[in-house]
Amino acid sequence: METSPTPELEEIQHFLVSRPAALAARYEFLTFRTPASGRKWLAGLIDKVGTAKAVHPTRLDSRWVTIAFTSNGLRALGVDEDALATFPEEFRQGMAARADILGATGTNHPDNWRGGMGSDDLHAVIILFACDDKERERCRVEHEKYLTQHEGVEVLSTLDLGAIPSKRSGAHEHFGYRDRLSVPAIEGMGDEPTPGSGKRIKAGEFFLGYPDEEGEGPALPRPEVLSNNGSYIAYMRLEEHVGAFRDFLKQHGKTKDEQELVAAKLMGRWRSGAPLVLSPDKDDPELGGDMQRNNDFNYKEMDPHGYGCPLGAHIRRMNPRDTAVNMERRRMIRRGGTYGPALPEDAPEDGVERGIAAFIGCASLVRQFEFAMNVWMNDKTFHELGNEHDPICGTQDGSFDFTIPKRPVRKKIKGLPQFSTLRGGAYFFLPAIKGLRYLSELETS
Amino acid sequence: MATTAVPTTESRKSPTTETAQPVEREVDVPTQNDWSTPQAMAIPKEGYFKLEKGRYGAIYPRTPSNYGFSVIAKVKPGREQAVRDYGKTIEAAVKGAPNVLAPLKLHYLRWVLFDVGSGLHFMYQGIFDTDFDKYIEDAVALFNATGVTTVFTNLEGWPEDWRTNNPAVIGFFREHQAPSFLEYGEYPYVTADEIKKALKLKETFSGMLDLMQ
Repeated sequence: METSPTPELEEIQHFLVSRPAALAARYEFLTFRTPASGRKWLAGLIDKVGTAKAVHPTRLDSRWVTIAFTSNGLRALGVDEDALATFPEEFRQGMAARADILGATGTNHPDNWRGGMGSDDLHAVIILFACDDKERERCRVEHEKYLTQHEGVEVLSTLDLGAIPSKRSGAHEHFGYRDRLSVPAIEGMGDEPTPGSGKRIKAGEFFLGYPDEEGEGPALPRPEVLSNNGSYIAYMRLEEHVGAFRDFLKQHGKTKDEQELVAAKLMGRWRSGAPLVLSPDKDDPELGGDMQRNNDFNYKEMDPHGYGCPLGAHIRRMNPRDTAVNMERRRMIRRGGTYGPALPEDAPEDGVERGIAAFIGCASLVRQFEFAMNVWMNDKTFHELGNEHDPICGTQDGSFDFTIPKRPVRKKIKGLPQFSTLRGGAYFFLPAIKGLRYLSELETS
Repeated sequence: MATTAVPTTESRKSPTTETAQPVEREVDVPTQNDWSTPQAMAIPKEGYFKLEKGRYGAIYPRTPSNYGFSVIAKVKPGREQAVRDYGKTIEAAVKGAPNVLAPLKLHYLRWVLFDVGSGLHFMYQGIFDTDFDKYIEDAVALFNATGVTTVFTNLEGWPEDWRTNNPAVIGFFREHQAPSFLEYGEYPYVTADEIKKALKLKETFSGMLDLMQ
């Protein structure tokens, strides 16, 4: 049997491979006014970019830097049109141009995005993860100082992220759900898939230049030194309307327990992370936190009608498991975190923006990321539901339903409110170290 | 091909248990929830009423005869027999594994060879229940896995790097798709799953009546 080549961990940026112990992060979205300024800025930073080999969850680094570029950014650094034309069309068009395909309509539409998102001037993102707020602040000041030496590189916008303090263990988002429970294991990266998560996925599903689940993998965009070992990452800044969410739970649940059940039905998991398929009637926090058990379920045999996990629940849409084909061609790696202050329990909505700002990594934006958005998240006909979008992250405008299968009669919630709004997004290419170096050494004719 | 929740009577509209919901429509097309009234739909030249962008191009509407495509391409010189031979290959594949094409949610496939004076052409016409744009990659994967793809290598314009260039394969299907200008359904908008369920019910019911005699 053919064995896949081992991923070049000393080349690949750590971002999609290692998840360091970071509690804070900062994204800076940049534009290059001149190719030379961008290249000089990049050249001075390459040594600070962590590789998959160097960054390890157990190592005591305190900051982790990642750099990625939009198609316009590659052009702005001097990549010529012939080379750019070998990159996939969806990447070249960018997220804003394909917003309709993603279902980003109404208040989610790029016309409403701020901070240079959706603009042709958006060229790069520098992502910083830091062990804590103090280290993030130190890095912020340092990069600010660095930018003063690079006239022509300007900050379009920034976003600070921080973990939400929680009494419960694990990472949580603003609605209170435990996060980071489903992580694909990649061949050659030493990860062991957790029970129920499926097999190890070939590296070519996430990194260019490796065999993927279908075969030897697509041809590399040119020049290969730029694209090899790289990935595409889709950025999404998703505001979470915590006040509206909590009001909804109160409206549909008289007691605390009933409210928790409604929250669980929307997600497909209790807020502890315990999956409804395994624990349909009451929360089981121990199960929720147990990575050996909290993904160990399927739908076709264990919950075909959705009496536990509704057919349209968030996790059932975003990972239909054994009720969809070619699942191994749709896997993605999500990185990111929460931004904005946590809204204290029982506090009224304060109008402050808070949410999740994440990057979704894959080898094909159209086949992986856009499929998930177009066919799973915002498709009315998903599982023949007819008039539903994803209840948590989908595009909602008050005209869609959410069905909770139940005996003897199902419950249909009509006019589901909008719990989240896409505030910005972009497609980036995440080059490997050689790719970064190539870009920094380009010469403009 | 759709994600398949095991179909339940609950997940489908049933006129006896639920008041009929108005079906959301963006254009003035026949209603979709009345299987008992035959319907025809005239379709604009573009193949759609209103441009709705899918991942690979315009999305074609569901019609009274559901979704489908008619892919027409010229056969490379001297390849007629190779194409014809595939009839037997597919027949054997389905006989060996009757559910092999199930993920495509098909009603019918028709493969036709014809020459109207401009050389031999191949037409692959399919009627199915899922949106062509949404599940095209799954269809291509299935074509590859079952060997259906190899028949296409006998067609002009088929990308030589089809094994590794999914977007090019999808581009071939889209470029060679000839949208209908009229579609008709004697029992409009009914899915293959619904038909199979109804027939199963009939079978069960008739068996029960036999037992009662």
